[in-house]
Amino acid sequence: MTQTNHAPADTEQRTVSLTIDGRELTVPEGTTIWQAAKEAGIEIPALCHDERYDPVGVCRMCVVDTGGRTFPASCIRPCESGMEVATSTPEVERSRAVLTELLLADQPPREEDPKQTTTADNELIEVADNYDIATIDDLFKGPGRGTDTSNPVIAVDHDSCILCDRCVRACDDVQGNDVIGRSGKGYSTRIAFDLNDPMGESSCVTCGECVSACPTGALTNKPINNIPIRPRSELDAVDTVCPYCGVGCALTYYVDRERGGISFAEGRNQPGNQGRLCVKGRYGWDYAASPQRLTAPLIRVDSSYPKGPLSADVKDEAQQSNGKRGRGRKPGGLVPYEEVLPHFREATWDEALDLVARRLGGIFAESGPEGIAGFGSAKCSNEEAYLFQKLIRTAFRTNNVDHCTRLCHASSVAALFEGVGSGAVSTTYGDITNADVAIITGSNATANHPVASSFFKQARRNGTKIIYVDPRSGTVADHADIFCQLKPGTDVALYNGIMHEVIRLGLVDRDFLASRTTNYEELARTVEAYPPELAAQITGVDADTIREIARLWGEANAGVIYWGMGISQHTTGTDNARCLIAMCSITGNVGRPGTGLHPLRGQNNVQGASDAGLIPMFYPNYQSAGDEKARVLFEEAWGTELNPEKGLTVTEIIKSILDGGVRGMYMLGENPFLSDPNINKVRKALSQLDFLVVQDIFLTETAEFADVILPASSYLEKDGTYTNTDRRVQRGRKVFDPPGDARVDWEIVQEIAQRLGLDWNYRSPQEVFDEMVPLMPDYANLSYDNLGSEGKLYPNPDPEHTDGTVVLFDDRFNTADGLAHLVPAEWLPGKELPSEEYPYVLNTGRLLEHWHTGSMTRRSFALDSIAPRAEAYVHPEDADELGLKDGELARVTSRRGEIVLNVKISHREARGNIFIPFHFREAAANLLTIDEIDPMGKIPEFKFCAVRIAPVADRVSTTVGGSAS
Amino acid sequence: MSRTGTFPEEVEARLALDAKEIIARYPHSRSALLPLLHLVQAEEGYVSSAGIAFCAEQLDLTKAEVTAVATFYTMYKRRPAGQYHVGVCTNTLCAVMGGDEIFESLKEHLGVGNDEVTEDGKVSLEHVECNAACDFAPVVMVNWEFFDNQTPESAKQLVDDLRLGKDVKPSRGPESVCTWKQAARLLAGFADDRATEGPQAAGPSLVGLELARKRGWAAPDPDNLPTAPAADEGEGGTK
Repeated sequence: MTQTNHAPADTEQRTVSLTIDGRELTVPEGTTIWQAAKEAGIEIPALCHDERYDPVGVCRMCVVDTGGRTFPASCIRPCESGMEVATSTPEVERSRAVLTELLLADQPPREEDPKQTTTADNELIEVADNYDIATIDDLFKGPGRGTDTSNPVIAVDHDSCILCDRCVRACDDVQGNDVIGRSGKGYSTRIAFDLNDPMGESSCVTCGECVSACPTGALTNKPINNIPIRPRSELDAVDTVCPYCGVGCALTYYVDRERGGISFAEGRNQPGNQGRLCVKGRYGWDYAASPQRLTAPLIRVDSSYPKGPLSADVKDEAQQSNGKRGRGRKPGGLVPYEEVLPHFREATWDEALDLVARRLGGIFAESGPEGIAGFGSAKCSNEEAYLFQKLIRTAFRTNNVDHCTRLCHASSVAALFEGVGSGAVSTTYGDITNADVAIITGSNATANHPVASSFFKQARRNGTKIIYVDPRSGTVADHADIFCQLKPGTDVALYNGIMHEVIRLGLVDRDFLASRTTNYEELARTVEAYPPELAAQITGVDADTIREIARLWGEANAGVIYWGMGISQHTTGTDNARCLIAMCSITGNVGRPGTGLHPLRGQNNVQGASDAGLIPMFYPNYQSAGDEKARVLFEEAWGTELNPEKGLTVTEIIKSILDGGVRGMYMLGENPFLSDPNINKVRKALSQLDFLVVQDIFLTETAEFADVILPASSYLEKDGTYTNTDRRVQRGRKVFDPPGDARVDWEIVQEIAQRLGLDWNYRSPQEVFDEMVPLMPDYANLSYDNLGSEGKLYPNPDPEHTDGTVVLFDDRFNTADGLAHLVPAEWLPGKELPSEEYPYVLNTGRLLEHWHTGSMTRRSFALDSIAPRAEAYVHPEDADELGLKDGELARVTSRRGEIVLNVKISHREARGNIFIPFHFREAAANLLTIDEIDPMGKIPEFKFCAVRIAPVADRVSTTVGGSAS
Repeated sequence: MSRTGTFPEEVEARLALDAKEIIARYPHSRSALLPLLHLVQAEEGYVSSAGIAFCAEQLDLTKAEVTAVATFYTMYKRRPAGQYHVGVCTNTLCAVMGGDEIFESLKEHLGVGNDEVTEDGKVSLEHVECNAACDFAPVVMVNWEFFDNQTPESAKQLVDDLRLGKDVKPSRGPESVCTWKQAARLLAGFADDRATEGPQAAGPSLVGLELARKRGWAAPDPDNLPTAPAADEGEGGTK
C-alpha cells in the first residue's frame, strides 16, 4: 500500500557546497542561506520570514555578509557553490541593530504593545532586547496609522505593524482567502483588508491565520469571555483536536487555570491541517463555558404529563395566529430555559439512572427489542459510540441504533459499500496536491470544511485544475477553473452526460476497466442515452461545458473527486454517489496518489462513530448485522446473544414511534427536533414516546419531550479518540472537569448498562479502545500509545513508524471479489417539483460560522456575533420580482410548514432557488423540508423541496446594518 | 472577496474590449495594472470599488492587490476628482519660488483644501510632488499639462477660466487642456493624436544645449571614452 510520504522522484538532487561561519556545508540546490544555516544550527534573526511562507526578503533583518558589495537577505538568497557566508560580523550586527532601532522607533511603548501585553512574544521586541535597544520615546512620531477593532475577535493596531507581509502571505498563500494587501505609500502604508475596508466589514472570514502569522502587535486576538490572553508560559497547554467538522484539525488550547477558562487556541502541526484552523476552531470554543450548561440530572415533574413540547416555539403556538410568528423568540435563538425548566426537578444521579434503567428495562420486558431505540451522535468519541451501540445491542437485543450519519452521508456510504466495499475515503483531502484535476461537487467546502478547502485552493495555485459542480455559486466557485452551476437535483444526468462523452472520446482506461471493475457494459449502455445535449437540457449546463469537463477529466493523469451533502442529501443520493464512483472507475482514477473518492465528512467524528458501529445494519467496522459470521464474532466478544435482524434508521425510528413500534428511546447528544426533516412529524413522534431519556450538554428542543435529562460532558471535558474524514484517528484530551454534577458520557452509559444488569467495568476510554481494536480490523495495530500527537491514519500496518495509508485500493477493492462494481443510474427528478403554488426550489445547508442545530455555535461569542441571524438567500432578480428587500422579513412556506426570516440578496444563488441555513431554531429550515428518503441510504432529501416566498408586509425588520455571510 | 459594486453590464463589456487591447501589450498580464487603473479612472473620474473589481477580474489579481497599487500611486484618486485637476508643486524649489504661496491662495480662492473638489465639480486641488520642471518654477499642472512660472494671480486667473469654461493654453505641449477623464484615458494608452502639438521644451531647459552648440561642444563618443585622470578619483567604494 502507498504510504503517506511519497518518496520524491528518483531524480538526482543537485547540491552545492559552501561555508557558513567557517563551517563547510553541502545542501540541495535552491536551499536558501537562512535555511542552510538553520539546519546547521546557526540561527539568523528574521522578522518577515517564517518557514510556513515563501520568503519575500523585505525586512532585511536576516542580512549576511557573502563578501559581495551589499549584504543580501539570507531568507531569500539561494546558496551558491563556493560561497563564504558570515552571519554575524560586526558590520552585519550593526546593520541589524540600526534596523531594529529604526523599526522600534515607530512602535508603541512596550507597556502598551498589544502583543507584549498579551502573549508577550513580540518578535521585534525580542530582537531589540538581543541588541540591547530600549524603546525610543523622545523621537518625533508621525501622525499614527490607527487601530481597527471592527472584528469581534481580532484587533488590528497599524502602529505596531512593520509591513513584513507575513499576514498577506498567510491570508493569500496559506488560507487562500485573498483579503489582506497593502494600501498607501511611505509612512502611511498600512496593511489593508479588501478595498481598505475595516476588517469587520471586509470579506475576512476570521480564520485568524494572520494573527498566528504576525510577529508584532499589529494583529492580535481579543479576549473571549473576559479570559485575558496571557503568555503561553503562564498557561496550561492542552494538545487536542477541534470539535467541529470532519477535517479534524489538531490544535492546542491555552488554558487559564486560575480563571478556569481557555485563553486562546492555536493550530498544531499535523500532516492534515498543518497548523491551520478556521473561525470555528480558533474562536468557537467558549460554548462549553456557557452558563446554560446542564449541571444536574433532571426528572420531569408529574404535573407536566401527558408529555408534549414545553416552550412556545417548540409547541409552535404561533402557527395558530399568523403574523405573530417570532414573537417572544429569544435573541440568539436558544431554547427558553425559563419556559422549560419549571417542568423538571433536579434529581440525584442514582435516582435518575435508576429511573432510566427501570423504565427502559420495563419497556423492553413488555415490547421486546422492537420497543427500544437509541440515537447516538457523531459528536461522541469512538469509545462512546462503541459503548452506546454495545449497550443498545446487548441490553435491549436490538439493532435500532443510529446517528446523524443517516442525515449526511448514508447514501454515499451505501454506494461506496456496494461499489468499492468500504465507506471510508479512498484518499485524503491533502492528496489533491498530487491531482491534475479535482472535481468538487455538492460541497460548500470553504464554509463547511474550511481548512480542507485551503488545501484545495493551494493545489489550484500549484496547477491542479478545479472543476466545481454545484447549484450554488459558493466561494469555491471563485477558485474553480470550470464552474458548473447545474439545476438542483440533476447530478445523475450531468455525470451520465460527462461519462457519455468520456466514452465517446475513447478516454476510458480500458486496462483498469478490464482488470479492476465489473459491469462496465451496462454502465456504458445506460450513459449512451445521455448525450451532452440531453444532459444540458436536464441540468441547464451547456453542452460545451459538459464536453470540456469530459475531456479534462478523461485526459487527466490523476483525477480525484471530493463531495459533500449536495450529492448525498437527495432521494437519488445513492445514485449520485454511484455516478461519482463510476466517473473515477472508468478513467482509472482510484488507487494512485492524486486519485480517488472522498466524501467530505461533516461531524468531527462521523467517520469514527460509523466505524464504531453506530449504524443499524452494521456492527463495528461495518460487519453486517445480518451476517451470521459477524454476529457470532460479536456474540462471543460481548458474551451475549444478539438480534439477527437489522435495525431501523433514524427516519424509520420516527415512523415506527408513530406506528406504535418504538416506545422507549435513549438519545445521546442528538437533537432530531431540529436536524430531522419535517419537524411537525418529529414533534408528534417525540410526544408519543412512553419514555425518553436525553443526554446532552444543553437543554435542546428534543429535551422538552424527555422524561429524564442527563447532564453530559462537552468535548472539552473528556478523553477519547476521534476519526476524521481522512481516516485519521486522533486523541482528544480533557481540558476541564465537567461543570457541576455533569458527568462524562462513557461513564453515564456504563452506569445505565450496569443497572440493566450488564457486567461492565471500564475504567477509562483507553480500556474501551483496547477492546475495540481487536474487533475492528481497520483499526488494527492502533493504540493510545502509538497515536502520538498527530494521530494516525488507518489502515496502518506500522503505527510506530508510519503515519498510515493515504491511498486505498491500489491493487484491489474491498469487495468480496476485489473489483469495483459499477452501478448505472437513470436520472430521476426531485420528489417535490416546483409548482404554481410553490414555485421555488429550497436548498438547505450550513454557514461557515455555524454548526448544525447551533447548540454550540450560537453560544459562542465570536460565531454568533459574526452570523447572528437566520436569512433566506435569494437571487437579486427573483427578489425584485417578488418585492423582497435585503434585510427585510419574508415568509417562506412549503406544504409542511412556514418560517419567517430575513432576506439576503445573494448573487450566489441561481434564479428560482432559495438557500436557507438550518442552524436557526427561530426560523428552522427543517419545518419546510420534505421527509422523502433515498431508498437505499435512507437519507432525507434536505436539498430539494418546493416552497414559496413572500414579503411579510405587517412586520418591520429589526436588522441593523449589513450582515456577514 | 467582497462583493462591492460592479460596473453595469454595458460599461463592463465596453471596458473589457479596451482592457483586452491594453493587456495584449505586455508579456505578463499583471503588468497592465497601471494603465487599467487609468482606464477605469477615465470611466468614472476616479478608481471606484467597481473599478478595482474590474481590474482584479481582468488580471486575475485579488482586490487587495489592486487596492495596494491604487492607493500607492497618488495619480489614482479614490474619490471623484474635478473636471480639471489642478496640481501645485510644493517641492523645495517650486516652494521657495512661490509654490507654497500659490497653493495657499488657491485654497482660499477656491474654498477647498488639499485633495478636495469645488462644489461645482469643476476643479480639484492637490499639492503635487516634483514634476521635473524646476527650471520653470513655480509650476502648476492642470490635468498633467504644464503651466510654467506661475504667480498667485496667474494661478487664480487660470482656475477661474477653467471654472468658466474658457480656453486655457498650457505653456508647453498641446494647445488646450483636455478633461480629467480624457487625460486618464490618454494615460491608459489611448492616444489623442495631439502629441506633436506645441513646444516640447523651451526656455531655460534649452540654455545648456544652446551654449554647447555655440561653443561646438559635443558629448564624448561612448565607444571611445577618455581615461579619467588617476589622481582625482574622489570618494569611492561603497559597501
